[in-house]
Amino acid sequence: MDTTQLQLKNLLCRRRMLGKSTIGIAALSNLLHQGTARSAGLIPDGDLPSNSKVESRGVLHSLPFPQRAKRVIWLTMAGGPSHLELYDPKPKLTEMNGEPMPESFTRGQQLAQLQGEKLFCLGPVFPFAKYGSNGTEISSLLPNIGGVLDDICLVRSMTTDAINHDPAHMFMNTGSQIAGRPSMGAWVNYGLGSIAENLPGFVVLVSTGKGRSPQPIAARQWSSGFLPSRHQGVQLRGKGDAVLYLGNPPGISREQQGADVDAINALNRQQDAIMHDPEIATRIAQFELAFQMQSSVPELMDASDESQETLDLYGCQPGDGTFASNCILARRLAERGVRFIQLYHRDWDHHSLLREELPLRAKEVDQASAALIRDLKRRGMFEDTLIVWSGEFGRTPMSQQNKGPIGRDHHNKSMSMWLAGAGIRGGTVYGATDELGYAATEKISTVHDLHATMLHQLGIAHDAFRYKFQGLDFKLTGVEGANVLQEILA
Amino acid sequence: MSTYRSTFVTQLAYTNEVRFSAKWPSSMISEAIPVLTCLVAWATIALGAGACLSKEPTAISNRDVDATSLPDSIEFNRDVRPILSDHCFYCHGPDPNHRQAELRLDDREASLQHEAFVPGNGAESALVHRVESTDTDLVMPPPSANKPLSPRQKEILRRWIDQGAQYQKHWAYVPVQPPTFVRPDNSQDTNRIDTNSIDVLVRKQLDKAGLNKAGLVPSPTADRRTLIRRLYSDLIGLPPTPEEVDTFVHDDAPDAYSALVERLLGDERYGERMAMHWLDVVRFADTIGYHSDNPRNIWPYRDYVIRSFNSNKSFDRFTIEQLAGDLEADAADHELGNQDALVGSAFNRLLLTTEEGGAQPKDYESRMLADRVRAVGSVWLGQTTGCAQCHDHKFDPFTMRDFYSLGAFFADIQEGIIAPREEGMAVMTDLQRERLQELDSAVATAKQKVQSLAPELDAAQKTWEKEISESGYVLPELARDANFADAKATDAQVKAAKGVVAALKAEKRSPQQSQEIQKYFRDRSASPYREERSALEVAEKARADFYRSLPKCIVTKSAKTKRVVRILPRGNWLDESGEVVKPALPSYLPQLEVNGRELNRLDLAQWIVSKDNPLTARVTMNRLWKQFFGIGLSKVLDDLGAQGELPVNPELLDFLAFEFMDKGWDIKHMVRLIVMSQTYRQVSTAAPELMQADPYNRQLARQTPFRIDAELVRDYSLAVSGLLVPRIGGPSAKPYQPDGYWENLNFPMRTYVHDEGDNQYRRGLYTWWQRTFLHPSMVAFDAPSREECCAERNRSNIPQQALVLLNDPTYVEAARALAVRAMREPSNLGPVSEIDGSDLAKDSHRMNWMMRQVLQRSPRDEETAKLVSLLRYHRSRYEQEPLAAKALLAVGLSSPPSDLDPSEVASWTHVARVLLSLHETITRN
Repeated sequence: MDTTQLQLKNLLCRRRMLGKSTIGIAALSNLLHQGTARSAGLIPDGDLPSNSKVESRGVLHSLPFPQRAKRVIWLTMAGGPSHLELYDPKPKLTEMNGEPMPESFTRGQQLAQLQGEKLFCLGPVFPFAKYGSNGTEISSLLPNIGGVLDDICLVRSMTTDAINHDPAHMFMNTGSQIAGRPSMGAWVNYGLGSIAENLPGFVVLVSTGKGRSPQPIAARQWSSGFLPSRHQGVQLRGKGDAVLYLGNPPGISREQQGADVDAINALNRQQDAIMHDPEIATRIAQFELAFQMQSSVPELMDASDESQETLDLYGCQPGDGTFASNCILARRLAERGVRFIQLYHRDWDHHSLLREELPLRAKEVDQASAALIRDLKRRGMFEDTLIVWSGEFGRTPMSQQNKGPIGRDHHNKSMSMWLAGAGIRGGTVYGATDELGYAATEKISTVHDLHATMLHQLGIAHDAFRYKFQGLDFKLTGVEGANVLQEILA
Repeated sequence: MSTYRSTFVTQLAYTNEVRFSAKWPSSMISEAIPVLTCLVAWATIALGAGACLSKEPTAISNRDVDATSLPDSIEFNRDVRPILSDHCFYCHGPDPNHRQAELRLDDREASLQHEAFVPGNGAESALVHRVESTDTDLVMPPPSANKPLSPRQKEILRRWIDQGAQYQKHWAYVPVQPPTFVRPDNSQDTNRIDTNSIDVLVRKQLDKAGLNKAGLVPSPTADRRTLIRRLYSDLIGLPPTPEEVDTFVHDDAPDAYSALVERLLGDERYGERMAMHWLDVVRFADTIGYHSDNPRNIWPYRDYVIRSFNSNKSFDRFTIEQLAGDLEADAADHELGNQDALVGSAFNRLLLTTEEGGAQPKDYESRMLADRVRAVGSVWLGQTTGCAQCHDHKFDPFTMRDFYSLGAFFADIQEGIIAPREEGMAVMTDLQRERLQELDSAVATAKQKVQSLAPELDAAQKTWEKEISESGYVLPELARDANFADAKATDAQVKAAKGVVAALKAEKRSPQQSQEIQKYFRDRSASPYREERSALEVAEKARADFYRSLPKCIVTKSAKTKRVVRILPRGNWLDESGEVVKPALPSYLPQLEVNGRELNRLDLAQWIVSKDNPLTARVTMNRLWKQFFGIGLSKVLDDLGAQGELPVNPELLDFLAFEFMDKGWDIKHMVRLIVMSQTYRQVSTAAPELMQADPYNRQLARQTPFRIDAELVRDYSLAVSGLLVPRIGGPSAKPYQPDGYWENLNFPMRTYVHDEGDNQYRRGLYTWWQRTFLHPSMVAFDAPSREECCAERNRSNIPQQALVLLNDPTYVEAARALAVRAMREPSNLGPVSEIDGSDLAKDSHRMNWMMRQVLQRSPRDEETAKLVSLLRYHRSRYEQEPLAAKALLAVGLSSPPSDLDPSEVASWTHVARVLLSLHETITRN
């Protein structure tokens, strides 16, 4: 496709969008001049046959794999939840509780806050219980997640490159520890576009545990990096305007705002008739879209139409800002076609007070995580929604005692996470760690593998999905190579 | 969907030659200038491929490639290198570790040794056989690479071999040569096209390109209003006043244009405008970047940049100061040295740093080294050096050794890797320096006075000690007799007194005990000692207070002991098995002669701006060009390597680079040369044929319109509303920002407090640059986070921009201020109270005035009609709901005028915000 055709395509889309507008016709006929575009049979996205297998409005119009996932909901437990308490039972570690950590495990390895400390084993501080038809052991702190374990693939062999929060979040979201790379939500929207009307294609929701001082998170975790800015994640906020600058200024009613937007667009249209600059038509559409968002977003955020039964399922009140109410919002966003929804729940960084704080965090997310699966299932959306539950790294089998009551330090050689829905093989456990839960030893998986697998379920071949920046072909999965975790796929 | 589409579009998806649009936020093209990674030649390729679209792909073979669309003479750099680099070098290029079958195609001799091709005989060449093979096991590139060659690309390779398979050195590594074209006489009339070398070279290229494409003819000169608005935007980043426009429009002097250019080049706001881009390139920000993202003392560097552009500091000097200002002889002593050069050296400190608990020094030492190497690559060399942190570069001859050797230049920088933030150096004006010296000498004098009393005091102390020992060590605080005891003595004082007694009694006093006794005695001594001592305290406090009030800037200090730099295998900092390296220049570029001495940062800086360096001037001029034409001569601003783009007009870029160096790295001279060209002065609208022939304006047969940068969007509204505070420099400013935007920051938790008073109305470039949460209005208009060097911003068109213009209090307040201005303006028909809402003439007059402020033109009739009806609509509402009007007027810090009718001001505020939000308002054309 040449640039002329691109412009034509844009004009066609624009005309469709603007409906009655006649702008751009002059430019259109100019571009049609040579007839190449017409003969090329250019089809705007919206005119694709309805039975088209691929639901894409991004750059990828043909996908090499079946699109099992139409959208992603990523539940990020920011701070690094302990796999050794939650998902990866280690009786041997219990046995060795209080004993020195064998040096064979730790020699030459990265340590974070335990640098220079004597290392002692810490057995799991909470009991595990058996769940699901296979009797898989996970924490007794997660009975609800246990209740849907047959829908979940638990990965116990995940690893990451980074051992501090900031780089680890960056790596988990962008596949790189260098700032400025696009996050996965941006990549997916770039590739597939979004089918959401009047909503961003990549939405971020943040909740904070009622605990101590949580680790910071950075907007770069949902940045579009070098991809076009329209793919950036938009944070929907619990307080104030849900989207920044969404509310009208004081003293301006919706009708008045509408009148101003109408006037802006009318004058812009007159200008376009003189300048024939395609950017003007885009500007007009963006003002219309912004105005529509001013009503569509509040409507989305207003969960008062959810039934009491649904609220009970998740365990929250609408709009209370909890992880649970964000899970309901996630489902509402999914229903409206938002492509990539990422929830952060903060305060999982248990260097200390593991005994005291971990049960609180677990309680805050357990019921709602399971409810999300149940709710999507009964609405027929589980089959094409990929749900991911993860932190940014794991925690050490060694105790940390230099920050107060006992805890665990950051750890990158092993972590547990799970996936569900959208063609993920439920009721399975993938990979394993050594007897002390220090390092993944079976089916060692990387963050790049996770990304490759997620893209695969979205129908995308990770190694062919690239973007040229600074002359280089960038991929979400980096240059090291990545493998789709085929075994976790149904 | 037909079958051609699947293959073709898949290919496009990664070659990224076009961007399709997404439904949200834009169904349309959103970036004004989509990234065209293809070369000019590629554009033709794409056209060729486009023409093939109507055919089934299976029918495409080399025979179907339109022979007339291929250049007769294949040029390696223009036609072949892009193909080899993008499709072959990954496995058959400079990186030996990843090289397959030991074949490298970036080197002719090596290729011949491997019998990759037979020069002069494509048909007999293995390379041609392989790329044209239909056998999936044989075809190159292999299908797994997802990088198939187009028929046209294959044909180019065949023809190139047929024509002898000649190589060329990569264009950007060839020394910049003196221009060979006939240079025009610059002394002549600057309004003629034959007097400006840029025009000569643009026309030459247009003539060449125009042979193949109808419509590629230069456009006419823009009208005067457009020209002055363009110049204001590009040179000072603000709109002209209507009066300035009128003056220029009616200026009949032959040098009217050049006089305007000179005036703007001499304007202080020129420095602000030029600084904006540089601050992106060097990643200037107010915070450290990682994790807690805490503030750092750095803004004096921003002012240094502004000052440097305003004083037209030569670019080589500018470069040397930033990389090595601390190493120059006159700056070696920070107290007396060249303060400007030292502040410039803050460049080395602009990188991301961390304070995260558990961060490992070796880890961050490696990150910081890599950060600096990427920065040098991006800012000056136009090389993507970052690749070589883990492996030799796949496309350019930049090796891992080059990477770490380049990093070793910075191993002397004194800094804590994981450490508390430094306060930095006090940055002073001459006046402040004098004041500090005064205060210092006042302290010294006071101290001396105190010391001069010492012999006398010591003698007195001896007497006192004797007396006290004779009296049985009864100190007032300890006396049992109520008449003598100090009733007010606190427990602490009693304890101290006991300590003194113990010290007095000690057989051998420790120095600490002697001090204790002395302090006790002297504290109780009478004048003049007490007076002198409190005078010293006052002097010391005055000095300390003054010093605290001085701006600070973290700058570069060179440590005697350098960090050891090793090559880190696969970039892994835990692996210390790699070889230790010393500072060295990239091996594939001209070297510096230093007679075996170890190189330092000053050497690096001088090498970067030596005339033998083929990259610096090209990189800098290419970036400068973008500021004035919206797109670089070579599209990829930060990669002039093999994967970058051959400039559309290599002779022009080389002329600019040569001229730049030849005239002493004179930035203003180059800016002048560009804006004086007729090429620059053309209209930005395009005739349909021209649009068709050159949609992205690479051939420069016109100007390019583009949305102004984030900072300027703000500046324009503040300027026309009269709110703008034009002060240059100073601490960063905090404009209004939505509550809670910083809620995810921690260590410590922070609440954003916007500035009160003047600082609220500063230009956008002074906005507090919080890396992890940059001000949302800036983000909406594509300002980068400045975590990494950014040579080129996105230029998007997204709904957040509309939301900012409509709802950000900054713009609401600006609209109100503009409305008030319109109502106050004496020329707008007398006292406001007399204004009759139904008086169309008065309204139209005011409308006209307002639009002239914003757009420097009068409204067209249909615009006036629309705005008048809008005004009436809002009037009717606010007349009924005066409280709503008052609520609107209360937005912002500045007070709404009490003598104006609130509903009238509110209604006009709506007209103003419409004007401030227009596409034309935020577009430079």
